[in-house]
Amino acid sequence: MKYVLLFCGTDEDARAFAALSEVELKERYAQVGRWFAANRSRIGATQQLQGPETATSVRFGQDGAAMVTDGPFLEGKEQIGGYAEIEVSDLDEALEMAKTWPGRGSVEIRPVVTSR
Amino acid sequence: MAGTRIGRDPAGGDVAVTTTEQALTAAFREEAGRLAASLVRVLGDFAVAEEVVQDCLLAAWERWRVDGIPDNPAGWLWTTARRRALDVARRDSRYQAKLAILAASGCTHDAAQRDDDRLALIFTCCHPALSSETQVALTLRTVCGLSPRQIASAFLASEHAIAQRLTRARRKIAMAAIPYRVPDADHLAERLAAVLAVIYLMFNEGYLTSSGDDPQRRDLTEDAEWLAALLADLMPAEPEVLGLLALIRLHRARATTRFDREGQLVLLADQDRALWDHAAIAGAADLVVRASRMRRPGPYQLQAAIVACHAEAPAWEDTDWPQILLLYDALLDYLPSPVVALHRAIAHGQVTGPGDALADLDALGGALDSYHLFHATRAHLLRELGRLAEARRADERALGLTANPAERALLEQRLCRTSAPAEQTKPA
Repeated sequence: MKYVLLFCGTDEDARAFAALSEVELKERYAQVGRWFAANRSRIGATQQLQGPETATSVRFGQDGAAMVTDGPFLEGKEQIGGYAEIEVSDLDEALEMAKTWPGRGSVEIRPVVTSR
Repeated sequence: MAGTRIGRDPAGGDVAVTTTEQALTAAFREEAGRLAASLVRVLGDFAVAEEVVQDCLLAAWERWRVDGIPDNPAGWLWTTARRRALDVARRDSRYQAKLAILAASGCTHDAAQRDDDRLALIFTCCHPALSSETQVALTLRTVCGLSPRQIASAFLASEHAIAQRLTRARRKIAMAAIPYRVPDADHLAERLAAVLAVIYLMFNEGYLTSSGDDPQRRDLTEDAEWLAALLADLMPAEPEVLGLLALIRLHRARATTRFDREGQLVLLADQDRALWDHAAIAGAADLVVRASRMRRPGPYQLQAAIVACHAEAPAWEDTDWPQILLLYDALLDYLPSPVVALHRAIAHGQVTGPGDALADLDALGGALDSYHLFHATRAHLLRELGRLAEARRADERALGLTANPAERALLEQRLCRTSAPAEQTKPA
């Protein structure tokens, strides 16, 4: 089964992250690095994203016209900070991975649409 | 029920139909989950498995009403289910690979395999990736074989809403690949706790909404007891399962005395204990002892032990309050909730006096300010201490916080009784 793990966080999580000392920040990145290394065989494409303040959205109105706006789709609580495609046997295995994610915040697990 | 011939005597029609329905309900609950469990394993698809089971139950309903319940209802259902599952598999290319398993009698009568299947099914229905309402509805549907209509009536919800909830759940199980298996040893405790929570939620829903005035409504407390007993059969070495089964049986053994003939709530102290099911109480108390010998205590065992203390007391005055207080202290370690603390305070008051209990409650204060039983309990204690005006205010707070008609009636009665002399002195 293919899933995408969406690494998310609230504004509060972002503030907590920004408040980390240099030593703490280094330790956090080391933990995240170890997590990726431990799960290497299960992870496909993965990226960290720039912050939501850098986002631009294109929305389509009722008439199908494209409208460009500054900011992310979801103004509000949770922002996506990065993602990883994973290949595991079932949701329990995906949950195990997500539960050990050291980056804090929250992780959303979404199955990927596959053709039958 | 096997061999009973019914539905042929026009004069006894009504009675016969009721008997058939009862027999069918019992047979369906026993078999629907087994059938679904084995079919899910073979087909790997919840929705199809349930559809086949539903087809079979419908066919059985039509057939058995005319011909009577067969001597071996389980065998009849199995044969029919297998035939229909084979039809589905032939129709749909997705299940081609499963054809061979089905044809080779994948739905076996092998008891051990069927037990494993049922346990796996229960754990899937109670998977933490589903909301707790969904877990309850799906378990009732798939493991207990209730129809969406029966579930809807038990929850006072619309059939449409329940059907939608079930459809979404099946879709999520399939799309997100929620596995169909009993969790491994590392995760068993955590996942079992979720299963027990579902059964207890189901029980509470039935217990709180029952008032004995609607015999047509499905009695969820009976389904919850059946499920807990099934789980105790499948996992006999899990003391918390035995604890939950005992807890449910202890409550059900005393259910008839909770309401009087007018449907008014009767407090534990005023209930007629002669009417309790003392054989069931003794059996449940034995379960509590059996569980405690496994030396792995837990919240359900402790709650069952507390209820057993009440149930085994010959009269309210004989209640072993010091023992109950000890059990509540232990329970607070597992469930440090203000509601448990409220009950502990009541036990404390019975041991050392209402003043101590009131102090305990006031220490809890804010956490339970919107809980009617907090104020009702305060009122009771204040009245015992002779602080009548404060008691009245507390009862009024409680009345403002509950919509349950039976509880409202009890509180109104109490307010009426305590204020009667004062009211009478006022000019009309």
